[in-house]
Amino acid sequence: MAETVVDGRIQADAGAAPAPEPFRRRHVLDLDDFSPGEIRRVLDTADVMKEILRRPIKKVPTLRGKTVVTLFYEASTRTRVSFEVAAKNLGADTVSVAASTSSVTKGESLVDTLCTLQALGADAVVIRHSYSGAPYLAARVLKGSVINAGDGWHAHPTQGLLDAYTVRSRLGELSGRRVLILGDVLHSRVARSAIWSMTKLGAEVTVCGPATLLPSWWVQTAARNGGEVMPGLRLSTDLDSAIEGVDVVMALRLQLERMQSGLLPSMREYVRMYQLNAARLARAKPGALVMHPGPMNEGIEIAPDVAHGAQSVVEEQVANGVAIRMALLYLLIGPNVNLPLEGEKR
Amino acid sequence: MVSKSIMTADDVRRALTRMAHEIVEWNQGTDRLVLVGLRTRGVPLAQRIASRIAEFEGVSVPLGQLDVTLYRDDVMTRGPMPLGPTAIPVDITDKRIVLVDDVLYTGRTIRAAMDALVDYGRPEVIRLMVLIDRGHRELPIRADFVGKNLPTSRDEDVHVHLVETDGVDEVVLTR
Repeated sequence: MAETVVDGRIQADAGAAPAPEPFRRRHVLDLDDFSPGEIRRVLDTADVMKEILRRPIKKVPTLRGKTVVTLFYEASTRTRVSFEVAAKNLGADTVSVAASTSSVTKGESLVDTLCTLQALGADAVVIRHSYSGAPYLAARVLKGSVINAGDGWHAHPTQGLLDAYTVRSRLGELSGRRVLILGDVLHSRVARSAIWSMTKLGAEVTVCGPATLLPSWWVQTAARNGGEVMPGLRLSTDLDSAIEGVDVVMALRLQLERMQSGLLPSMREYVRMYQLNAARLARAKPGALVMHPGPMNEGIEIAPDVAHGAQSVVEEQVANGVAIRMALLYLLIGPNVNLPLEGEKR
Repeated sequence: MVSKSIMTADDVRRALTRMAHEIVEWNQGTDRLVLVGLRTRGVPLAQRIASRIAEFEGVSVPLGQLDVTLYRDDVMTRGPMPLGPTAIPVDITDKRIVLVDDVLYTGRTIRAAMDALVDYGRPEVIRLMVLIDRGHRELPIRADFVGKNLPTSRDEDVHVHLVETDGVDEVVLTR
């Protein structure tokens, strides 16, 4: 549906829109089983949602009467607020549960907490947990939708979608684009989800970091396959060559809270070899996008002048995150609700 | 399925030309006039009205397009619906808006469109132009500019075809 606004006037698009395929998915747990078409559907829906964010009144009534619960067992500002804003923009009510101030501190199990939230009428539960796989347990227990907002080192699918969306918004289709993901890949659910979203849309992704911060079986697989972990994904430990001519550089946060001793010889050495600074960025394609999922350790994985420089789209990632989460909420608990989903009856 | 031609390309052209004149006459010119087409086929209709007004008056009036899916009262019961782009290029506060759609039937689309519009500002007035008014309103809504009043029964369907979307200009009634 091409549409262009020239001098504030609309050029014809107006193709007759056929009824879309239903979005046959109740949960978003990981992007590994998303088809490229499903990812495009989410991104296209986010385009519509982004326009709402530019209006004087940033609210539509579509999900009136729906309740979205955010259940966070780990600290978060942007993801939790982003989901709440997204739900409120669509007219849903939101309830925010932080494990640190809930009955979890009295010893309530995850399953019991989920059952309580269901009894209180949650249509969707957005869950972040330090254990990989916790959202899958939630999806088995709950009748409503579950959205994974980050589980352990495993996946952060909404971040992966918003990263792909940010690249598409700036550079057009991802097919053939070269993306470098830099830093602490081992502990990064963000990297794993971005790899899925971007390779499925045809991007060539390279992950780069010290060998101790790359998953060991990726390193082994790449060694057997001429540097390729899977189609579209390569490994490197040499930043200066890996950054050569790339369209996008995504720096990852060095996850100091997850860091075991012995992974890095010293912080100074890491900064010297793997920090994204202006000199290294100059080796990328001119105008290459600088991304970071946040929160940033400025001066460690990314130099402050690059983090806030002209090529940085870090703030745009945050704004796009709201549009992506609106799109997912719309697709999961919006007008698809009465359809049979993934072979199961509701 | 029996289908019957209701308007030919010439009929559509003449109706649009007449309504373009009526809109300018009602507004006493083009001051503060804004046309907003409802997706899908209201958009090309609004564009045609705008180009006719440009011919008569030498003024290009601001033109917007609205997708009302997110405001529909049946959004949760109709199953998946295509979401299209919305673009309102000017601040509509104190403007004189003409909503443009192809067929007026229950009035629920227009109700949704008015809800959507007031989220962009507070227009001075909102008027409605439709190519076909087929009756059977479920809400207290009426059209101000009508191409053709077409008495129908509920088991009939009115199809507006336009060159921009369907390759041909015509209105067809099927049952």
